[in-house]
Amino acid sequence: MSGAEKIAVRVTEVTPLNDLVTRFRFEPLDGGLLPTFSGGAHTVVEMKDGDLIRLNPYSLMSDPFDQTAYTISVRRDDEGRGGSLFMHNQVAVGQEMVISNPVNLFSLDLRAKKHLMIAGGIGITPFLAQIKQLDRAHGNWELHYGCRSQALGSYVDYLISTYPNDTHVYYDDQSQSIDLEDLLGGQPLGTHIYVCGPKGMIGWVRDKAAELGWPREVVHYEEFLAPKPGKPFEVKLATSNKVITVGEQESLLEAMERAGVDAPYLCRGGACGQCETQVIDYDGNFIHRDHWLEADEHASGKKIMPCVSRFEGNTLVLDR
Amino acid sequence: MSKFQFPPAIKSRPVYGTLEDRPGKHHLMIADAEGAEAILAIASPDLMTKTHIIYLPRGTDFAPKLRKLGAVQFYEGPSYAAAVSRIRRVLQDAHMGLQVYLAGTEGVIGQAQNEAIKAGIPHTAIQTEHRGSVARRMQCVHCKGITEDVETDPFACSHCGLNLFVRDHYSRRIAAYQGVCIDAEDPGNVPAPKGIYE
Repeated sequence: MSGAEKIAVRVTEVTPLNDLVTRFRFEPLDGGLLPTFSGGAHTVVEMKDGDLIRLNPYSLMSDPFDQTAYTISVRRDDEGRGGSLFMHNQVAVGQEMVISNPVNLFSLDLRAKKHLMIAGGIGITPFLAQIKQLDRAHGNWELHYGCRSQALGSYVDYLISTYPNDTHVYYDDQSQSIDLEDLLGGQPLGTHIYVCGPKGMIGWVRDKAAELGWPREVVHYEEFLAPKPGKPFEVKLATSNKVITVGEQESLLEAMERAGVDAPYLCRGGACGQCETQVIDYDGNFIHRDHWLEADEHASGKKIMPCVSRFEGNTLVLDR
Repeated sequence: MSKFQFPPAIKSRPVYGTLEDRPGKHHLMIADAEGAEAILAIASPDLMTKTHIIYLPRGTDFAPKLRKLGAVQFYEGPSYAAAVSRIRRVLQDAHMGLQVYLAGTEGVIGQAQNEAIKAGIPHTAIQTEHRGSVARRMQCVHCKGITEDVETDPFACSHCGLNLFVRDHYSRRIAAYQGVCIDAEDPGNVPAPKGIYE
């Protein structure tokens, strides 16, 4: 079985935070303890939606040392493929679900002398766990958190009241924004940056850091891509000897799983590299959307990340 | 020419590059002896308006040329030991975005790199360029004493006197190569010393 080990859980709390974000609490069905994790880890939540099984990654936001329960916060995306809508509309207290063991692709670098966290919107969630972890270790950290408005600022009140000196909040609707040049310019040697938020924000921070001479090794970022819908296409899986059709609303990885092929995965968001698949033959165009492969690998036509990338054309043969 | 073409070796031996001007508001350049030539090769008037040079001539005459570059600060010192407190102070006061350039002999590059790593710069982000002497900073694995500027293999440990074989096994933490007793089995049977890369 691919992916991280599974855990059967029960939903014990569903807490709406604001118009867009709801928090879910999972406790293990067997009454035992969950594994500890490290701040920045995510879990992959299985959603049985009729015939469809969705597997979506969500950052764990609870205290990494609290083994009694995990919590996640899900932002409703009305335009998305339905995972967040499923969580919002169909998941209720008492329900049994399956989640994966924690996997961390956004961990703190504990060699850092200071951790500078930059969050945008729902990107706050991994930082809530990291802050708990650092707080316990008396770590040196500082959070800069941009939200659309006070009403949509998830966990702002908690952060400001618990960590008044380390939390800085910026509201878009009040025309507040992070003065990034100033912020990055004043950081002591040994500072690492962590950024989680919309694609534009991650690019903005990475570019500014590079321009100011920050080593790329100290700029950490996480962005889960949701697979985008696209035209259906046919794929031949050489190892399994199957021909499958990838539907408009599903990813290539999901289509392989639907056909009973045990394809490797971890993050399902184009970040971890686990699902990297060799292309044996193709006639058409790849629609690469991951940020795992390098530009030359995208151009080579030899590899594809089936969790987020698609294909348009006549033939695609994969070594799977 | 002060550049030496190092022969292939085990993975443990450090690999040096060529300095290049990188973006950043502050630049710290530390060099000894012929390392000055690596700084001269990338120095531009604009770069020098943001640069602090710490230089150890060690008997060479590059110092006046470096001084003429007009760096914001220029320090010339007699030895690494004399300069290290200044290096630590500069790193302690520095901000992210500082670029560190190290040039010259392996002993100075390795020790200064250690200070920069301790200050929080990833070792992969520190630029180095080897110039001049290929002498090594050696640690005796027996008495742990350090012998600087070892030019021959084998050599006598300057602390305990054992005859030491010069290995390629390098410690980033100690900024030195490992020296191991060459005549432990048969005391006195010591090969004639030769140059390290001969």
